[in-house]
Amino acid sequence: MKENNQTTYREAVREGIKNAMQKDDRVFLMGEDVGRYGGCFAVSKGLLEEFGKERIIDTPLCESTFTGAGIGAAMNGMRPIVEIMTVNFSLLALDQIMNNAATLLHMSGGQFNVPLVIRMSTGGGKQLAAQHSHSLEGWYAHIPGLKVLTPATVQDAYSMIELALNDPDPVLIFENSLLYNSQGTLDTNAKPLPIKKAVVKRPGKDLTILAYGINLFKALDAAKILEKEEIDAEVIDLRSLRPLDDETIMNSVKKTHRVMIVDEGWRSGSISAEIMARINEQAFFELDAPMGRVCSAEVPFPYAKHLEDAALPQPVKIVAMAKQIMEEA
Amino acid sequence: MDIELAKKFYSQMLLIRRFEEKCIELYSSEKIRGFLHLYIGEEAIAVGVMHALSADDAVIATYREHGHALARGISAKSIMAEMYGKVEGCAGGRGGSMHIFDAKSRFYGGNAIVGGGLPIAVGMALADKMMKRDRVTACFFGDGAVAEGEFHESLNLASLWQLPVLFICENNYYAMGTALEFSESEVNLSKKAASYRINSFQVDGMDVTQVAESAKNAVEDIKSGKGPVFLECLTYRFRAHSMFDAELYRKKTEVNEWKDKGPLVTFKKNLEERGLWSKIKAQEIEDEITKTIDDAVTFAENGTLEPISDLEKFVYSPEEVQ
Amino acid sequence: MSEFLMPSLGADMKSAILMQWKVKVGDRVTKGQVIAEIETSKGVIEIEVFQDGIIEKILVEPETECNVGTPLALIRSDSDEENITVSSVTAEQAQTEAIPLAPLEKATPDRYQDTTPPQRIKASPAARKKARELGLDLADLAKTSEGEIHLSQIESVAKTELKTPSADKMRQAIASAMSLSNAEIPHYYLSASVNMSPALSWLEEINKNLTIKARILPAAMIIRAVVLALEAVPELNGYWQEGYHQVCKEIHPGIAIALRKKGVITPALLGAKDMNLSQTMQALDDLIMRTRAGKLRGAELTQQSITITNLGDLGVENVYGVIYPPQVALIGLGKIIDTPWVQENKVIVQKVMKATLAGDHRATDGRTGALFLDKFNRILQNPKELL
Repeated sequence: MKENNQTTYREAVREGIKNAMQKDDRVFLMGEDVGRYGGCFAVSKGLLEEFGKERIIDTPLCESTFTGAGIGAAMNGMRPIVEIMTVNFSLLALDQIMNNAATLLHMSGGQFNVPLVIRMSTGGGKQLAAQHSHSLEGWYAHIPGLKVLTPATVQDAYSMIELALNDPDPVLIFENSLLYNSQGTLDTNAKPLPIKKAVVKRPGKDLTILAYGINLFKALDAAKILEKEEIDAEVIDLRSLRPLDDETIMNSVKKTHRVMIVDEGWRSGSISAEIMARINEQAFFELDAPMGRVCSAEVPFPYAKHLEDAALPQPVKIVAMAKQIMEEA
Repeated sequence: MDIELAKKFYSQMLLIRRFEEKCIELYSSEKIRGFLHLYIGEEAIAVGVMHALSADDAVIATYREHGHALARGISAKSIMAEMYGKVEGCAGGRGGSMHIFDAKSRFYGGNAIVGGGLPIAVGMALADKMMKRDRVTACFFGDGAVAEGEFHESLNLASLWQLPVLFICENNYYAMGTALEFSESEVNLSKKAASYRINSFQVDGMDVTQVAESAKNAVEDIKSGKGPVFLECLTYRFRAHSMFDAELYRKKTEVNEWKDKGPLVTFKKNLEERGLWSKIKAQEIEDEITKTIDDAVTFAENGTLEPISDLEKFVYSPEEVQ
Repeated sequence: MSEFLMPSLGADMKSAILMQWKVKVGDRVTKGQVIAEIETSKGVIEIEVFQDGIIEKILVEPETECNVGTPLALIRSDSDEENITVSSVTAEQAQTEAIPLAPLEKATPDRYQDTTPPQRIKASPAARKKARELGLDLADLAKTSEGEIHLSQIESVAKTELKTPSADKMRQAIASAMSLSNAEIPHYYLSASVNMSPALSWLEEINKNLTIKARILPAAMIIRAVVLALEAVPELNGYWQEGYHQVCKEIHPGIAIALRKKGVITPALLGAKDMNLSQTMQALDDLIMRTRAGKLRGAELTQQSITITNLGDLGVENVYGVIYPPQVALIGLGKIIDTPWVQENKVIVQKVMKATLAGDHRATDGRTGALFLDKFNRILQNPKELL
């Protein structure tokens, strides 16, 4: 770790995994190329040397089975961290995640819980085209029985590992791949904020902007631009998509009466749609303008950079939406 | 084989047979709902394999798992109550026929996705190996599962990592309505498993003694570190895939042929040859089983329904577990 | 005696056709024996009897469709002639002992608790918008309403307080107002020809130094001129009500604006007295925009102290208008036409506009009107005063 406790998101995740594995022998990491390769995004670099091949396990390309194996191992006393290289590949393991991990506790009438952690990288923006650019964390947040975390900050990248491992039920952690290089402050002694707590990252009085993952930073950039136009935006880091922190969201809506959401998923049936529905249910009379959202364009992600940029949420789009909402009020 | 073992095998198989027959009746009169997949004709496999397992081994089965549950020692009462949807059922009425779970007997379902249980078995065995526990995970599945990707992924992984899994393929030649020849390019399933460098054996699934013997050897091998074992048990289901099935895909003559060499018939012959048949007092066993099943039905009939206010339970665990 | 019923073979099986009996009355049957065939959506399935006994009676003939649970035959068991056998489940039992559904609690809709704090006025967004348009104060409304303010409440308040007309309703409103006006108000008419050339060229010069956005239109100039003239001749700015003439302190000229959907609306340019020329222009701009967008305030619809109607762009030279009661005057402006004009004994072409005044003779007389028109004219001849 560097001085001033400044470190990268990647290193923070690595520290989080290391810390957990040092404290608890039951924790192990399993996934494609986590060992000898050092991790597709270099997150687990050096861990094989430190913990050995019994605990840093390279799997063949069999997402369904190694995820299912994670479920079985978790049910049978271990604390596995399954790393699925990207959310795009997790679709191969969807049956295990949805039909087993999320449901075993229920199907067995409460007898068998599944304390499994699955980490996946997510998001577009690297010109990797349609099959490698998905953001499906909102989709997974649809499923009862799972918990879905989206660490945006370096601190959360570190502490959510521990939070997830301490949870008796399956937890999915989504790490936006463009965040791995981002820098931030890490305090390894800080008490982790619990799952389900959203955090106001920038207080404001005119407009609430809800965001998660990499979108948090796009929202903060937009807030700086809006400040110059005398629009004081309140930016909130959602941190977990399932469960959602209704209380923090509604309190902010009550304060500003105007709200927008930044969501890298496609808008149809998205987490932004869910949040809007909740605001409608719980704070309808607080709204002074229709809610807004900036989502990815409804198109499979294109390869060409200008097209991809146009498809993704961007600070300039957030600013435009914010201004439109302010005008409507 | 001694008398006690003969009695055990016969009564377990008969219990399964009569239990399943009762289920037909109850399903027909809408007491049991949803799907019902009967194990009639395949009893020898569950009974034979369970005989080779110890209490701390784990069992993962499919939606055709009543026989396995009974042979593993889960009470007829709790299974029946489960199918009645009562809270006294082994999964509190939450699972039904396809999701029998019991922590005490390390019975992990009851899985409704074909092939879905194999990865879990691999994981459970992985944990046992990591924690250096002397246990076997027995994973039951049918010939249909062999077509699923998860079968191949799981056998590969179990072999690669030398995990203590006993894969039991109950080959009854039909995956629902599709005969084996229409779904497998290589119908010799043991050969397929062997290609993953797993010790594979084919055994007569109608003969409980052979199944028991093979399973016993397999468990010994696994526990002595020889890696996973694949046991292909050749069997036949006498009833349809599930209750609502006109069996248009197979001939009645074929069914009857198999009925003539069914597990109870085969075992009776076996005992008669050894002069043990009269000694096991089959009628007493029959009567006792009748009573067991009647009690189970009464138990289920008198059971309670979980209050609707508890609907959203069991989505998440009640508190943090260390 | 027990009944042999049409079995349920699946949740989606509602009925089947009894195709064939494999036994007849008097036959002995054993538990598990197939005694009939039924045809289902999936094909023909054999059905079995669940007890030992003798077929007592066949209740359903072949090729009959029956619902699940229909008694198909009667079976007499060996042990008990009359009693219902223990091991099979009779239709009666099936009906009465069918698993009772726990009564669904009265379906409470899945609605989350509304957590609005008490001091916040609970008005729907639609209501807020409407209230804003009409210039209604929500706080006032909230006092009288209990709980939530919805659109309907705003609309009903609007009906009682304001004339916010829709296109056809507007016509009606205009019709009745004009009839009333014509019937009750004794109108007098005066007109004057105003040489607009000096003012227009002056305006051109001014506009050269202004940005496009800040440019001043002749209409603003005219309105300003009216306002200044009213300051000099205030009697025309006010109301005739209940037999009394009330002069308004404030000048709120109603500006006639044509709406796209037909009809004319004359919202007031509130507080025109305190505006200079460019402020008048801005206010006019804003008023027209909000009129077209339907976002006028209540006061603008009710506080006109005089009305100005400019039909010049439609080519009309003289406007003989009808006063909007309770106002006491209407100023009409015609088209600005190139006209021969005598100046210093020479005939030149000047841009000339006819200004007419309709006055309520109860409130003022011709002399007052003439003074007004004269003042109006003079101001426009000396445009610097407009600033």
